[in-house]
Amino acid sequence: MNSIKKITKMKLFLPIFSMILVMLLNVIYDIACGNPPLSFFQIATQVTSSGNTVLFGRLIDVLNRGSEVAILAIGMTLVVSASAGTDISVGSVMSLAGGMCCMLLAGYGVTNVSEYKVPLVVGILAGVALAVVCGIFNGFLVAYLHIQPMVATLILWSAGRAVGLLLCNSAIVYVRVPSFQFLGSYCGMIPTPILVAALCILVAALVLKFTAVGTFIQAVGINRKAARISGFNSSKIILMCYAICGLCAGIAGIVATSRIYSADTNNIGLNMELDAILAVALGGNSLGGGKFSLAGSIIGAYTIQAITTTLYALKVSSAQAPVYKAIVVILIVVIQSQPVKDYFKKLSSKKAAVKGAN
Amino acid sequence: MKKLKIGGNNILLLITIVLFIAMYAMGCIVYADKGFTHLQTFLNVLINNAGLICVAAGTTCVMLTGGIDISVGSLVAMDCMILAVGIEHKGMSSITLMILILLIGLVFGCVQGFLIAYLKIQPFIATMAGMFFARGMTAVIETDQVSITSDKIFVAISNAKAKIPFGIGAYTNKKGVLQIPYVRPTVIVALLVVVVIYLMLKYTKFGRSIYAVGGNQTSATLMGLNVAKTTMMTYVLASVLCSIGGICYCLNTMCGTTTQALGFEMDAISSAVIGGTLLTGGVGNIVGTLFGVLINGTISTLVKSNGKLISSWANIITAILLCFFILLQAIFAKIRENKKA
Repeated sequence: MNSIKKITKMKLFLPIFSMILVMLLNVIYDIACGNPPLSFFQIATQVTSSGNTVLFGRLIDVLNRGSEVAILAIGMTLVVSASAGTDISVGSVMSLAGGMCCMLLAGYGVTNVSEYKVPLVVGILAGVALAVVCGIFNGFLVAYLHIQPMVATLILWSAGRAVGLLLCNSAIVYVRVPSFQFLGSYCGMIPTPILVAALCILVAALVLKFTAVGTFIQAVGINRKAARISGFNSSKIILMCYAICGLCAGIAGIVATSRIYSADTNNIGLNMELDAILAVALGGNSLGGGKFSLAGSIIGAYTIQAITTTLYALKVSSAQAPVYKAIVVILIVVIQSQPVKDYFKKLSSKKAAVKGAN
Repeated sequence: MKKLKIGGNNILLLITIVLFIAMYAMGCIVYADKGFTHLQTFLNVLINNAGLICVAAGTTCVMLTGGIDISVGSLVAMDCMILAVGIEHKGMSSITLMILILLIGLVFGCVQGFLIAYLKIQPFIATMAGMFFARGMTAVIETDQVSITSDKIFVAISNAKAKIPFGIGAYTNKKGVLQIPYVRPTVIVALLVVVVIYLMLKYTKFGRSIYAVGGNQTSATLMGLNVAKTTMMTYVLASVLCSIGGICYCLNTMCGTTTQALGFEMDAISSAVIGGTLLTGGVGNIVGTLFGVLINGTISTLVKSNGKLISSWANIITAILLCFFILLQAIFAKIRENKKA
C-alpha cells in the first residue's frame, strides 16, 4: 500500500500514467485485431525507395513525428514557468523561419531550385536567427512593457505567417537538394528529427541540471517582485525564456521544412502552438507559472503524438482525429485537476479512517 | 449633470473610434473611385462581419472575467456544417435547425463552463479541447463542402435586404440605376446583440458581477458573489452568442466546410483587444469590441480595394495595429501606476 502511495505521489506519475494508458489502448487494439499484442513496440528495418535501410515501426513513428512538438515544448515550458503565460506565436514563427531559410536558399521569387543560392548553413542560421529575433520581440513586450503574454504573442501569431508568405512571394518554395532533406529524413538508420530533438532535450536538461538557470526561472515565475528584490533581474530572465522559445521554434521550423523539402508557409506549424501548450499542461505543469518539470512536458509532447498515431492506426481520418484527441485531453486534464485530486484524497482518507476504527 | 470622467480606458475607446474614422476617411480619399465613399461599402463591412460581431461580443464577456475562449471558430464551423447537412441531406427545416444549434451552443457552453469554473481547468486548455472537438466533429458530420440551396426560408433570410429609409446614402450607379443602400437581417441581429450585451454589462447584476470576478476573484468572493456560477454562466453566454454568430456567418457564406472560420477565435480576440479589453479581466467595453471588428473589416476591405496587395498584408496591418494598441495600453497602465505612487 505504501509503495503505491509513493508512486502516485511522484511528480511525474500522472504524465507517465497517461502515456502508459495510451500505449495500453494500442495493445488492446492489437489483441482485438489479432495482431501480436506488442506490435506497437515492434521496431523493424525497412529498405526505402532510395535503397537505405531504416528503422520502422509505430514507436519510431511517434518519436519521429513528435520531434517538433517536443522541441517546442522545451521553450514553451520555460516561457510558461517564467511569465505565467503562453507563447501562441511559435507555430507562425516556425513557418517564418522555414520561409526565410528556403527563400535564402532558393532566391526571392524562385519557387523550385535544385541547387543552393547560398550555402546551406547560411540559410539555416538565418532562419533560426530570425526566429530568435521574434522571440526577443515577444520577450521585450512581456518583460519590459508588462503586456499579457498571450496578447503580446498574438501580434506575431498574426504577422509571422503573413511575413513568411511575403518572403516566399505567396508561393510554395521547393528546395530539391538532397542535403537539405537531411534534417527531415534519415541519419543512418535513425530518423534525423529524433536526433535533433534528443540533442535539444539533452542540452536543455544539462543546462538546467548544472546551472542555476532553472531555479532562477522558477523563482521569477512564483513571485516576480520577490525574485527582483532577492537580486534577480526578472525582466532579463523572462526575455531570455522567450528568446529560447524563439530558438526552439526556429529549429522546429527548419526540421518541419526539411521534412517536406519546401516552405509551405500556409501549413508549416499550423496549430503547433496548441500542441506545444497542451504538452506543457499534460506534463503536469501549471499554466499559472512557477515550478516546472521539463521531463513532464517532453513526455506530454510524445503522448500527444502517440494519441495521434494511435488514432491513425485505428483508421480515423486526420480531419476527424481531433474529436477523439479532445476527449482524451479532457479525460487526462480532469484526472489532473485539483478538485478531482482532492476528492480522491478524501475518499482514501475516509477508507483509512474506517480501517482505523475497525 | 454628472461630468463624464475621461480615464485611461475611455481614452482607449476614444482612440479606437478616432482611428476607425481616420482609417475609413483615408480609404475614402485614396479609393474614392472604387466606391469607398458610398454608404453601401460601410454597410458591406457590417454585413461581412455580422457573425464576427456576435462572436466577439461573447469573447469580450469571457475576457472580462479574465478567461479566454478559443473554441469559437470551430464552433462556428460546426454550426455551419450542421445547418448545411441538416438542410441538404436530411431535409430538416431551417427553423428547427437554428433552435437545435442554439441548444448545442448552450450544452457546449455548459460543459466548457463546468470544466473551467468547477473543475478549475485552465480556460485555455478547456476551450482548446472544445476547439479540437468541434473542428473534428465538423469532419465527422461531413468532409465535403455542402452548399445550402434548397431551403426556401433560409435562402430568403440570406437574400433579404433591409433598405435604409429616407434615401440616405442613395446613389445612381454607372448604368444610371438608383441604388438604395441596404443591410442584411444578420446585421440587425448583430447590432441587437451588441445593444443587449451593452445593457446587460452595464445595468444587470450578472453583468456587474462579470466585471467584479474579472477585477479580483478574491474580493468578488468576499463580496458574496458566486464566482464559479458567474464564470460558468459567462462561458454559456459566450457559446450561445457564438451559435448566433455561427448562424449569421452561415447566412453569409451559405455553405458548410471543414476549414470554415479558421482563426476566427483570434480575430475575435484581437478585435476585443483593439477595442480596449484587457486579457487580465475586469477592464473592457462592448462598444470598443464593435469598433475593433469594424477596424479589422475596414483593413481587409482596404487591402481588397487595392487589388495588387496579397491578402496577407491584412494580417500584417492588423498585427501592427495590435502592437500600437498594446503599447498604448501599456503606457496608460504606467501612468496610472505613477499616479497611485
